[in-house]
Amino acid sequence: MAPPLRVLLAKLGLDTHTVGVTVIAHALRDAGMEVIFTGLKQSAATVAATAIQEDVDVVGVSSLSAAHMRHIPELARLLREQGGGDKLLIVGGVVPEEDQVALHAAGVARIFTMGASTQDIVDYLNAWRSERDASAQS
Amino acid sequence: MRSREDWRGHPMRLPSARFASSGDVSVKDPNTLEIASRVLAGEVPAGARLIRWLEDDDPRGAAVLAELYPHTGRARVVGITGAPGAGKSTLAGMLIGELRARGQKVGVVAVDPSSPFSGGAVLGDRIRMQQHAADPGVFIRSMGSRGQHGGLARASFDALLVLDAMGYDTILVETVGVGQEEIEIVSLADTTLIVAVPGLGDEVQAIKAGLMEAGDVFVLNKADRDGAPETRRQLELALHLRTQHHGEGAWIPPVIPAVAARREGGAAVLDAVDAHTQSLRESGEITARRSARAYAVFHKLLRDAAARRLLEAALARPDAAALVEGVRSLSIDPHAAAASLVSRLELAGI
Repeated sequence: MAPPLRVLLAKLGLDTHTVGVTVIAHALRDAGMEVIFTGLKQSAATVAATAIQEDVDVVGVSSLSAAHMRHIPELARLLREQGGGDKLLIVGGVVPEEDQVALHAAGVARIFTMGASTQDIVDYLNAWRSERDASAQS
Repeated sequence: MRSREDWRGHPMRLPSARFASSGDVSVKDPNTLEIASRVLAGEVPAGARLIRWLEDDDPRGAAVLAELYPHTGRARVVGITGAPGAGKSTLAGMLIGELRARGQKVGVVAVDPSSPFSGGAVLGDRIRMQQHAADPGVFIRSMGSRGQHGGLARASFDALLVLDAMGYDTILVETVGVGQEEIEIVSLADTTLIVAVPGLGDEVQAIKAGLMEAGDVFVLNKADRDGAPETRRQLELALHLRTQHHGEGAWIPPVIPAVAARREGGAAVLDAVDAHTQSLRESGEITARRSARAYAVFHKLLRDAAARRLLEAALARPDAAALVEGVRSLSIDPHAAAASLVSRLELAGI
């Protein structure tokens, strides 16, 4: 059996909505992944350091407080600068369309907004992993 | 600090000297040496990736670890174990702060259970230590137990070696919440902390058999709660019974009250750990413990590898299928089927 995918789930800034991130943590666990949760009120610096120490494959930021533009581009930059540029950065929550373009430009691979199911996220991560592992083989 | 001596008091070989003097460098994968030297220089992404290889059974991990092994043995390993909810992670968080205040670099390996059904896990220990996440003197790693029993993960020992080689002075190992028998940590740590909480007298009863025999330092956490003095007396009585026949100068495990959630008692707990470390060094027992640790790890690796190979060899035999089918259809009893296969392997000289 392939070793589990490791996923860091993070909450940045003063956003204290935890229901969504808890539901996703359980769905990813049930899909065979190892999920590490940072807890609340993290900074971009603590999330980047955590992602690197834990050597996760994926960093998922749950954002429901409209502060995504303040923290997420900084997180992407810190990950690249500190040796974590190979990690997949994804975002889930409330992100207006005009901000989505900017987040993608900053290095966010995928944004799951309202209406995405946990299965969509699991499928996306499994497909990303297959593609990554296939390109590492060749 | 003891930065230029290993735990035996021998001078450390510096990495550059080692690589320069190794005669067999040319036959080794240059990437292996590159990563080993990065880990020895304390580079966090390199150490983190190496731990990942080791827990994923990636062969690159063992190759790098073989290079690092001569540089390990300097760090002090402190195990933290106890029942679920006793406050192990919060205590670890408090001890990180205390160790940092005393100028030590701190590594943490925190193990949580993996789901036996999906293989997945939610690893939440580090939430209680997250105030130290961005401190460059602290490295926290969460591990899923991945099917191992005993309170640790298969790669926990490997992760200790990596953190040791990276230069962390004290490494805290937090086990999954354990009952009486899951005390593998005792064979891995120099000092084992047992975290207990006040409550029913039964709780001391519950930890008596396994944990009471194992711990070097007992922390009575949540000591502001009702029943704390009573629980403390019970712990001290049980420890007295355990140690009363020990010789003069033998280590008597202390019971230290703490309220980790309010950061109370950290200095006293760390003082007790330091005293135990000192006692191990003076008695020379630290050498015996580490020798036993290395042998225990070797024995487990050998047992697992041997069992896997024997199982594969037995099931690959052409006459195995009929026996398996007999067991599945309930017509051959499992004992007879297993004994039959083993005796055929023996005849074949395996």
